[in-house]
Amino acid sequence: MVNVLTTALATSHIEFYSGWALLGILFLIGLAFGIGNVVLSHTLGPARKGLVKDSTYESGVDPLGSTRERFNVRFYLVAMIFLVFDVEVLFIIPWLYVFNNQRHPWVVLPLGALFASILIFTLILLVAYVYAWGKGVFQWD
Amino acid sequence: MLGVFIAHLVFTLAMVGISTGLIAYLILLERKTASWIQDRIGPNRVGPQGLMQPLADGVKFILKEEFMPANADRFLFILAPIIIIAPALCGFAVIPWGGVIAKGTALPAWIPFIGGWAFPANFHVMVANPQIGVLFVIAMASLSVYGVVLAGWASGSKWSFLGGLRATAQMVSYEIPLFLSLISVAVVAGTLRLDPIVNDQAAYFSVFKFLPAWNIFVQPAAFLMFVACIFAESNRTPFDLAECEQELVGGYHTEYSSMKFALFFLAEYSAMITGSAVAVALFLGGWHLPYIDLILYHGAQPVAAGWLGALLKFVVFWGKVVAFLFFYMWVRWTLPRFRFDQLMNLAWRGMIPLSLGTFLESAAFVYLRRAGILENRWWLLLGNIFLLVAVAFLSQIIPGEPTNRRVPVPNSRYNPAKSPAPDMAVES
Repeated sequence: MVNVLTTALATSHIEFYSGWALLGILFLIGLAFGIGNVVLSHTLGPARKGLVKDSTYESGVDPLGSTRERFNVRFYLVAMIFLVFDVEVLFIIPWLYVFNNQRHPWVVLPLGALFASILIFTLILLVAYVYAWGKGVFQWD
Repeated sequence: MLGVFIAHLVFTLAMVGISTGLIAYLILLERKTASWIQDRIGPNRVGPQGLMQPLADGVKFILKEEFMPANADRFLFILAPIIIIAPALCGFAVIPWGGVIAKGTALPAWIPFIGGWAFPANFHVMVANPQIGVLFVIAMASLSVYGVVLAGWASGSKWSFLGGLRATAQMVSYEIPLFLSLISVAVVAGTLRLDPIVNDQAAYFSVFKFLPAWNIFVQPAAFLMFVACIFAESNRTPFDLAECEQELVGGYHTEYSSMKFALFFLAEYSAMITGSAVAVALFLGGWHLPYIDLILYHGAQPVAAGWLGALLKFVVFWGKVVAFLFFYMWVRWTLPRFRFDQLMNLAWRGMIPLSLGTFLESAAFVYLRRAGILENRWWLLLGNIFLLVAVAFLSQIIPGEPTNRRVPVPNSRYNPAKSPAPDMAVES
């Protein structure tokens, strides 16, 4: 059994898969830590119920109305402008890979063209940024 | 090869143990630092000098009553602390803690069963070394937003809801400059793995030989932005608007108690450790011990080493991390917090254009270096200083919105209305 496992590990892309396996194990440890602690305090701690006790905290008065109502529209604006920026910023990662691996056979553009492409990319991002600024998306007061 | 995997696994478990233990003691360190700064004694009852305090805290958290509001979303309410702690504990996985243990280094012979086993290849002292190290760090940092959103939404309390909204807007805004400042370091290093970036820094400059070639000296603007962003990402003062007591009671964890509350706390401290470790690895030279390596090695510290060298690197790295953590606490007990509009203005109007600038500058430097025009890394420093000055200059020129608009109030001592308006009360 151990022999089979050893040869299987040796023949595959060992570094790659074992690295991600370790990250998976670490994530499972984190999950187990969280779930274990929640379960532990649930079983060991006391639990008492009551009409007043179960209400949410509102500075000592009875809760008024529903919580999940409409909220300020600026938070939606932040979410949308964040999506624009975050997705565009993530495009930098593949660009970075190509920029760093000039000898890769799939990379056909010369270095100057790659650099010019990121300049144009940032310029488009800047146009969106200036437009959003002009529209007052970044006004918070 | 199975042996290497087991060695990595043992190291992983050891790191989980070290970091969770350190988190517990960080809380004590925080309280001790606070008491030191505020000139009082601090916790000293449990054990000698209060050293058993984390243990007592843990037991107390477990035995405390668990509370869930009646109008909470039960599933999400329980899920939120679990979803925030799991990625927080994963963040340190790609940090290069101790360089490389050289091929052929053997375990001591006196260890039963495995004594004398030698590493068949160079062993990276880290949990995993994926190609996308920097991206992994960002991903794990971003995942903590989910826990905050879910906690704020599921609690059913207005304070939690407002705190959750604020925290989300804040963390989301500071993610972009965080990402760009890390990328501007990664572009120069030419890789997203963290260990080559550390290896690059274990040297000295060619012009000013007394300065180690750490990225903090090469790209100070990127470092400043990175520090501000990790403070904001882990919701620490001066960016702790999500949980400011005077305005929002407890923020998104107002309704949480017992171990579920503690998990939010642990996640915050875990994010602090990861943030400090990334700062040390990317900007503060990682395991590089400046000046002393000239005595020990007659030159820059070698990357691959035996047991002693790896242990030295490990200790140096943790020393830097703890020093940075102390800096976190020092800031917390020194600076007051921002107002919300200041916070958002800093992110969107200040740091995002500046971080785009540093990124473009790094890309331009790499392009010019490959083209053979620029050689020295000092050009980056010049560019960074130029960017900082330019931003400071532009912020004076660009007209901002009038802040702190004063509303005249009848009979006010500070801003009285010219003539008391009789129908003002009716209008409002």
